Amino acid sequence: MSEVQEIQIGDSSAQAAAAGKALSRPDGEELQDMQGEKMVLNMGPSHPSTHGVLRIILELDGEVISKAVPDIGYLHRGDEKIAENMTWTQFIPYTDRLDYLAPLANNVAYALAVEKLLGIHDKLPPRCQYIRVICAELARISSHLLGVGCFAMDVGAMTVFLLTFTEREKVYNLCESLTGARFTTSYTRIGGVSRDTPPGWCESVRNFLNEVVVSIAEVETMLTRNRIWVDRTRDVGVISKETAIDYGLTGPNLRGSGVEYDLRKAHPYLCYKDLQFDVPVGSVGDCYDRYLVRMEEMRQSVRLVHQCLDKIPGGYENQAKEPVNVADGKIVLPPKNRVMTSMEELIHQFMLVTQGMNCPAGEVYFGHENPKGELGFYINSRGGGAPYRLKIRSPSFVNLSILPHLLPGHLMSDTVAILGSFDFVMGECDR
Amino acid sequence: MNALDFANQLKGKFGDLLSGPTEFRGEVCLTVVDAGKVAEVCAFAKQELGFNLLVDLSSVDNYGEDPRWTLVYELYGITHAAHLRLKANVSEEKSELPTVSGVWRTADWHEREIYDMMGIRFQGHPDLRRILMWEGYPYFPLRKDFPLAGRPTELPEIAFTKTAPIEGGPFVTAPGGRDAIEREPRVRTTEN
Repeated sequence: MSEVQEIQIGDSSAQAAAAGKALSRPDGEELQDMQGEKMVLNMGPSHPSTHGVLRIILELDGEVISKAVPDIGYLHRGDEKIAENMTWTQFIPYTDRLDYLAPLANNVAYALAVEKLLGIHDKLPPRCQYIRVICAELARISSHLLGVGCFAMDVGAMTVFLLTFTEREKVYNLCESLTGARFTTSYTRIGGVSRDTPPGWCESVRNFLNEVVVSIAEVETMLTRNRIWVDRTRDVGVISKETAIDYGLTGPNLRGSGVEYDLRKAHPYLCYKDLQFDVPVGSVGDCYDRYLVRMEEMRQSVRLVHQCLDKIPGGYENQAKEPVNVADGKIVLPPKNRVMTSMEELIHQFMLVTQGMNCPAGEVYFGHENPKGELGFYINSRGGGAPYRLKIRSPSFVNLSILPHLLPGHLMSDTVAILGSFDFVMGECDR
Repeated sequence: MNALDFANQLKGKFGDLLSGPTEFRGEVCLTVVDAGKVAEVCAFAKQELGFNLLVDLSSVDNYGEDPRWTLVYELYGITHAAHLRLKANVSEEKSELPTVSGVWRTADWHEREIYDMMGIRFQGHPDLRRILMWEGYPYFPLRKDFPLAGRPTELPEIAFTKTAPIEGGPFVTAPGGRDAIEREPRVRTTEN
């Protein structure tokens, strides 16, 4: 016993002497040694708060991040390469797998991009436009429900997650009765949608809207003035207006920083110009503002869908037989009974299925206000049934590029809050 | 002011360096004749004309043509809501042009992606590494002469290095000219 004590005393006194010597050194070389080494922490690719397969290599000085290097590409499937090798219509199912939390919005975005190339984007039948807006806004509600729910769970509020996922389930039931699939909807077609709304669908959407506002209010009471929630998110991950624009942020992450930029307002497509809605913006640009923006966007989406249901041409059950596809046999597949009885329709069907529609040569860029931000398609066409080059401008990819700038200086635990507030999807980021 | 006015202003400043403007589906496009000057044009567009958001940066492989690469810059000004496209052509021998990551920091990742997918290098880029594919991957997969099925690589640590096992596939067309069948043997032709 006494031996051990002697060694300890000797050791610590030697350390103290060395420390004193180091402190008095003017060049400070040993002083740096005393501050300890930086630790490299590998966060992800499989971590609950990385929402998929994002990997961040963090360099930590104690608990403070000094350097962050995101490593992406774990979900890269080569969607852009695949698109070059198939017809315009065949690529629609691949858009489901971009932002797989809002497949309907991706479908709408892609269809509108190709329609812009064809020059028919402003000639879509009104009922089709209203259905597409309902789809895009339902996708926004569902995506934000997940975004807020997971954000809250990441920082420790489990109940919110259970509430929002219950509501989200109802959106998927609506998707299922509209498209036949819960996640992989592939609902739009170039020049329209695959089918009209089923009987009773509009009524169930209305019921859902009335239910979801209750849940949104409930989430609001649980979080917005919750002391723990506010402490974890306020003044964390602050992005200034200029930095947000410089890094190309879009969607709620840009608006959280106070930039009033929403493609539905700036360049209205579909029937957005006939609908009333507000664009919420934040004031500080922290995680709390991004949360508030998402909450308000959900309410605005509810408002938009209500208006669409009020105004939808043809009414709920489309007794007036309003068309949902453009009347162009060279773009939209003919009805099956006509294919079997009419020569012209048979030829159209054959050409569309085997070669795809004949798009003009040219290039277009179309940006769509997706739940996560601006989902853009740059299409370079040289004519014919397939794109020569299709570039997907995915909001999550661009939004994540700010991480090396944003994370340093924050605590390790703030990373979780910041990632949650960004609401990204790796399927879309890696494509 | 609309995009066409801005395009003419840019032309007034840079003169013969820019060709165009062309218009298609309401989008105005200018081509920078000398790709080495693209950063200067972009810096002017951002600082003087208010194009503060670089929406997208992509590249096109004009396989079999010269110049082989086309870089496409989608510029947007949030205050004036005008959209302008700039294009620059780069030959295959050079495969290099100046970075615009000093103008918009969002270009950093876009340029890394282009380097990763097509092998075009950016002079002055702070950190030009692969971004989607792994470090050490030997090919540039978005080039037109890279087959859809992939090519085997000899990196022992990587799990999937064989070509894709899909035979036939749903792939009906290969846009890229007459040699498409040689480049892409599995593509369905009118004969099979």
